[in-house]
Amino acid sequence: MRATRIIKLGLTSLVTHPLRSSLAVLGIVLGVASVIAMLAIGAGASEEAQAQIRSLGSTTIRLYSKKPPEDGGGSTNRSRMVIYGIKYDDLRRIDETVPDVAAIVPVREVSTTLWWGEKSAESYALGTMVSWLSAARQSVARGRWLNEVDMVNQLPSAVIGAGLAKKLFQHNDALGTEIRIGTKPYTVVGILAGGGAGGGKIGGANARMADDAVFVPMTTVKERWGDRNVKRSAGSTDIELVEVHEAILEVPAPELVIPTAEAVKALLARFHKKEDYTVVVPLALLEESKRTKRIFNIVLGSIAGISLVVGGIGIMNIMLATVTERTREIGIRRALGARRRDITLQFLAESLTLCLVGGIAGVGLGLLVPVYVEWKFDLPTLVHPDSVALAFGISAATGLLFGIYPAARAAKLDPIEALRHE
Amino acid sequence: MPTDTSTGTPVVRIVGVTKVYSMGEETVNALAGVDLEIEEGDFVAIMGPSGSGKSTLLNVLGCLDRPTSGSYFLGGVDVAQMDDNSISAIRSRRIGFIFQSFNLIPSHSVLENIEVPMFYAGTPPESARKRAQELASLVQLGNRTGHRPTQLSGGQQQRVAIARALANDPMILLCDEPTGNLDSVTGVEIMKFLTKLNEEGRTVIMVTHEDDISAWAKRVIRFRDGKIYEDVRRKS
Repeated sequence: MRATRIIKLGLTSLVTHPLRSSLAVLGIVLGVASVIAMLAIGAGASEEAQAQIRSLGSTTIRLYSKKPPEDGGGSTNRSRMVIYGIKYDDLRRIDETVPDVAAIVPVREVSTTLWWGEKSAESYALGTMVSWLSAARQSVARGRWLNEVDMVNQLPSAVIGAGLAKKLFQHNDALGTEIRIGTKPYTVVGILAGGGAGGGKIGGANARMADDAVFVPMTTVKERWGDRNVKRSAGSTDIELVEVHEAILEVPAPELVIPTAEAVKALLARFHKKEDYTVVVPLALLEESKRTKRIFNIVLGSIAGISLVVGGIGIMNIMLATVTERTREIGIRRALGARRRDITLQFLAESLTLCLVGGIAGVGLGLLVPVYVEWKFDLPTLVHPDSVALAFGISAATGLLFGIYPAARAAKLDPIEALRHE
Repeated sequence: MPTDTSTGTPVVRIVGVTKVYSMGEETVNALAGVDLEIEEGDFVAIMGPSGSGKSTLLNVLGCLDRPTSGSYFLGGVDVAQMDDNSISAIRSRRIGFIFQSFNLIPSHSVLENIEVPMFYAGTPPESARKRAQELASLVQLGNRTGHRPTQLSGGQQQRVAIARALANDPMILLCDEPTGNLDSVTGVEIMKFLTKLNEEGRTVIMVTHEDDISAWAKRVIRFRDGKIYEDVRRKS
């Protein structure tokens, strides 16, 4: 009762000095806002990276073929044949010599244009096996996935990614329609659910997006295209010979992932003179990303801490000035019956109010900045409720901490001296 | 301790009070053994040159300062060595202060200033507001309750201070040069007010160095070198 009235008193005195109060509070506002905004931007970035990595599967190892660096000296105006990448022999050797590899799923890419009647779309045609679906952590939304019958009979069945289905067919039903990959006809038997598909640059390899791909039986690809990819560019014809573009290795348990990956790397290194492949271990990437996030959080936390201390010093400064300016008022109040405690409470309420108001304004600003960043720079952000509570709590604690000294000083004043103060 | 409530009851009784200040090497005996009784309903003027100890006595009487030794009974209660909480309660309920420079809180309105002692005495806000209204009317400022001190004349400000001093119905009114900052006409007006309050039964203790002002009192005590050297009761 008495306390609430004293707090109200503190508030009133802040309202009577709006400019001074708002300047005093600015440090806290910026401190709180920067904590929330920085954590939101940091969390958004790392959350996106982690989701991408996680979608690859934490018990998988991915192998990607890549074109080795040029030897140099070769004229560009000539037909060349480039043989590189992971071979079926590599996969066979892994299967035979590396323990703890539960499954190996190869993927062959036939990068071509996809046709549906007169409409076309650039797509990856990927030849793969039945086990791909589970190894790639994907599921089918409609229709079915490729099966053994497709494989054995080299059937022209195709399953398309959700993104591709939308792009090519729009509102039409893709299921059961005939499409052409290059010149060869296929029948759409299923559509992937999409979402969570890992794509883009991961661990230095350019992963193909399942969302934009069309999947056909590995056996059919081999039968129709052989092992050759022919890329033509102006004035030259490059013939690339790649057996396996990607392979997914399944490992039974997360703790086996790292040793298995080491064994696979050692094995591949022995048989490849050039670095024409990349081994990506999603689990290791995830760990690394988490560690990076931790370091990021520590750095952000320190910056935020410093800015809040600076804000707190601002509050303390203004409160000390207020106490000096109102020394006489303190004397009057003491003479009229205020206890030391009442004076302490009055000034503490003022600094606490300053910090809470600053905290609220800071939270508001801190929530606006991520929205702006998302809109302006197209960066993902993630405001965690904990960070808001943390920032607000720290600002309240700052008010208390930096308010105690000025308040105690006010309460300790000798009433007679205070009354004489001009 | 006398318990009857006749006019002969001492509301203030101080026994062997000393106050010693140490100023570096030197020590100053601001009060050098003072014995004094003030009866309920009296009007006492305390006079003396500066440095005679009259202000120190007023601070001790107002419980703003503790005596170095001796006892101070206010309404029969020894308040000389009370802790901060108890002495603050005594200040808010038993003592009404009137200062030379009014000492109103500049950010507060007339009503809010009158409410301050009631606030610290824990009076509920509604009754405090009501009492403040009554007191404002009593000091003829009922139509200026929303004004700030800076919008009032000196005499009006001192009347607000008087209203504030009366807020908790104190045992004694302590006035420190109450007319010192006022012109003589306004000073007379304030003295009339204090006299009226005294006639209604208030005990008034006033420090002054002006003979004109002390002439309003019933009893005049003169200080010199920290001691009472003259104590005269005027015939009424």
